[in-house]
Amino acid sequence: MRGSSPRMTAKHRGSSAYIGPMRPQDILMPVPAGLCCKPGGFHIDPVRPVERALITHGHSDHARAGHGAVLATRETLDMMRLRYGENFAGSTQAVAYGEEIRLGDVTVAFHPAGHVLGSSQISVTCKDTRIVASGDYKEARDPTCAPFELVPCDVFISEATFGLPVFRHGDAAGEVNKLLASVKLFPERAHLVGAYSLGKAQRVIALLREAGYDAPIYLHGAMEKITYYYQERGIPLGELRPARGMKKAELAGTITLAPPSATSDVWTRRFPDPVTAFASGWMRVRARARQGGIELPLVISDHADWDGLTATIAATGAGEIWVTHGQEDALVHWCKSKGLAARPLDLVGYGDEDEGETAAITGEAEPGGEAKA
Amino acid sequence: MNRFAELLDRLAYEPGRNNKIKLLVAYFRETEDPDRGYALAALTGALSFKHAKPGLIRDLITERTDPVLFGYSYDYVGDLSETVALMWPKSSPSPACGGGSGWGSLHTVDKRKEPPPGSPDSADAQPNDPTSRASGRGDEEGPPPSTRHNNPPPPTLTDVVTTLRTLGKAELPAQLARWLDELDETGRWALLKLVTGAMRIGISARLAKTAVAALGDKDPHEVELMWPGLSPPYLELFAWLEGRGDKPINSDPTPFRPVMLAHAIEDSDFANLDAADFSAEWKWDGIRVQAVAGRDTRGHIQARLYSRTGEDITGSFPDLVPSLHLPGAIDGELLVLREGRVQTFNVLQQRLNRKVVSPKLIKEFPIHLRAYDLLGDDANDLRELPFTERRAHLEAFVARLNDPRIDLSPTVPFANWEELAAARADPKSAGAGDDADAVEGVMLKRRDAPYLPGRPKGPWWKWKRDPHIIDAVLMYAQRGHGKRSSYYSDYTFGVWTRGDAGDELVPVGKAYFGFTDEELLQIDRFVRRNTTEKFGPVRHVVHEPDQGLVLEVAFEGLQRSPRHKSGVAMRFPRISRLRWDKPPREADRLETLERMLISMTGS
Repeated sequence: MRGSSPRMTAKHRGSSAYIGPMRPQDILMPVPAGLCCKPGGFHIDPVRPVERALITHGHSDHARAGHGAVLATRETLDMMRLRYGENFAGSTQAVAYGEEIRLGDVTVAFHPAGHVLGSSQISVTCKDTRIVASGDYKEARDPTCAPFELVPCDVFISEATFGLPVFRHGDAAGEVNKLLASVKLFPERAHLVGAYSLGKAQRVIALLREAGYDAPIYLHGAMEKITYYYQERGIPLGELRPARGMKKAELAGTITLAPPSATSDVWTRRFPDPVTAFASGWMRVRARARQGGIELPLVISDHADWDGLTATIAATGAGEIWVTHGQEDALVHWCKSKGLAARPLDLVGYGDEDEGETAAITGEAEPGGEAKA
Repeated sequence: MNRFAELLDRLAYEPGRNNKIKLLVAYFRETEDPDRGYALAALTGALSFKHAKPGLIRDLITERTDPVLFGYSYDYVGDLSETVALMWPKSSPSPACGGGSGWGSLHTVDKRKEPPPGSPDSADAQPNDPTSRASGRGDEEGPPPSTRHNNPPPPTLTDVVTTLRTLGKAELPAQLARWLDELDETGRWALLKLVTGAMRIGISARLAKTAVAALGDKDPHEVELMWPGLSPPYLELFAWLEGRGDKPINSDPTPFRPVMLAHAIEDSDFANLDAADFSAEWKWDGIRVQAVAGRDTRGHIQARLYSRTGEDITGSFPDLVPSLHLPGAIDGELLVLREGRVQTFNVLQQRLNRKVVSPKLIKEFPIHLRAYDLLGDDANDLRELPFTERRAHLEAFVARLNDPRIDLSPTVPFANWEELAAARADPKSAGAGDDADAVEGVMLKRRDAPYLPGRPKGPWWKWKRDPHIIDAVLMYAQRGHGKRSSYYSDYTFGVWTRGDAGDELVPVGKAYFGFTDEELLQIDRFVRRNTTEKFGPVRHVVHEPDQGLVLEVAFEGLQRSPRHKSGVAMRFPRISRLRWDKPPREADRLETLERMLISMTGS
């Protein structure tokens, strides 16, 4: 697992002839291809094919195919393989959490980000300066992945998907109880839970099991591969069944997990009078839920909420914050009001992976007019 | 309050009527008195709190949050109550907020965030020295010593309602702030919706009453009948519904009586009907109302006006009340009359859903009641009598009233169906005269039928004039709700008009019914295969002169509308046929609608 690829070793070793203290932007710098580390000779989560890529996690807007060499956790590499096939990169190298790897003039390490299985923050240390690129993260408990680890640093690169004080996700267990109460109240209806297929779906299933729900849980076809992978990695999800091939009446009183776009698709016509739920941090805002035609919004997110973002930023000890992915303005404003240097990090091509995934699924499902299930 | 908040939250998203009832029944079953009674009062509009204005709520949040962050948030959320409910600062670290387990560092921030109630201190205005941060996760401090050691329990709905009833205006802000501290996001949202009276969750008073009746397996009409005699928190009503008490007696002198409705008649129905069995009258294009007057315990006349669903609309029509000076219950049509002439529905609309009824409005849109049935004459219930006898009572009653604002709806004489068809085709020369524009067809009533609540088939028929028809082009489609959420079932259609670059389609209306299930499948398929762009849930459907779908749209009327790009708005539009055979270029033009508008309104 460790250090199997010679291509990941640094070519700049020994050439650290910088004069004076390093500025953070000399270590990591946003360029069109992604976040570039010149002294280390790699990019983090590049949006275009590059020679060396360090990947924080398996969501499609962070993990793309076509790079020369990829360094990531084993789980992230496996997810890329599931999505893109065996030859998604020239070579790969798996890294364990906490393992330090010297690349050129910098040392990198991967730390749990608590976002999805295998997700990492990447710390890049050059001389006395440490930058943490957190990718996407959450500090809230998640039974399906390693908990977020706080990495003290000088510059913290934070996402801001839910970077407004109206986003407070609350207790995910309470949201799951809402779902179970609805299943109890409407035993003649099917419950369809829209959830992103990598991470969210498995977390919802795990939370349902923790709440004592032990009936089989049904899966949309697009969920199967990745969910079975979670099971292979030892995450207990109980009995899972494909929704495919079930008779309409048999689905009364059941729970089915599906990609969000499928919950308004013709695919739903096989379910008896379905209740449409959606597990997402966006569900905190009513207009957003209503726009999607959601009847049972469940506020369950894989991202830090406002309190989580601000608490984490404060706790890293970083004096400078680069903000990306979402509501940058509000979070930058907050940082400044707390005396921190902060600026938005404009990464072209990065969006919310939620929306990215929706588009990807919609794109797959639409030509035939019906989602493969 | 939290249970009530959960109910409101769920109702706000649930589109299905039966599912709404089910949610309501479950709530009424599981919730104790008097909370459930106050909930029923809130849902039926029986509560109002005059002091809680949006300005007050804005002040409360401004004192507590950074104005820049509030601005960003309000822009994103778009609703003041909701924004405040979501960003209201946490009052104390609560173990219930599982999303935030283990932020040792936050406690410092939170202590500062909480000004004592009423203090002008603003949390985010406090300077925060970044060097004093706690070192992070796992470094738990004890609970802040200076703030509440025990979180007070969130208020019950009863606490809120009873407190607000007696609270002075000056004490309101501090009390609201305390409650907002104690509630969670959904609770705060529900509280703010409740106190500002802006619930808008798609529940009518009628639906709430139907649900409460279902709790005791009773007919909703029974609840409707006793309703005016009940008051929050409705303890005797719930006792009766749960079999613990006697049926409440309606001592109200002006009760609502469930109304009788008609079926639409089809051509094939006439073969089985004998013209001699029926009486006919004009079907007026107004508002069906029940005007009830009775004597209170002191012998004074009280009067009320109800909509056909039993909603009390007396407040909107104070000008009619003095005319109801004899005890009795009239079933009739509310119209606007100018110089003895009935105005169209478009004119009447100016009087509907008004909160404030100004003297100017009353003068410009004088209200009138055209009576066609009498359900009670003083203390006598006439509903068991046949129509002809009730009609005789009605004629005598209206004569006794002798009031210019109340008159009889005339009968339309006919010997056979052909004569009636001729009258329906030309009301002007068949007796309706100058009022013919406000006639939308004829009503047929069996002479021997009693007054039956609901819509029994057979005794009453409505025979509307043929609707107006145009051919329009499907432009946009939107997904439906509930059972229809996987179908594109809401259609925006347009007609041709001359634009800057030649002919273009301009939207003239939206319709979401009128088609059969099979046609819905066909349109849905067409929409999915011919989408050119998507905007959220809306699809832009191809509409070129040679490509697109022509819909035959039927509608009841037209009026000028500055809110629509086309300048006209349709009344009651529905899809009457799919014109697969017709190319879009042959669809109607806006000029056609404008001509129809002129012939309908004379303007």
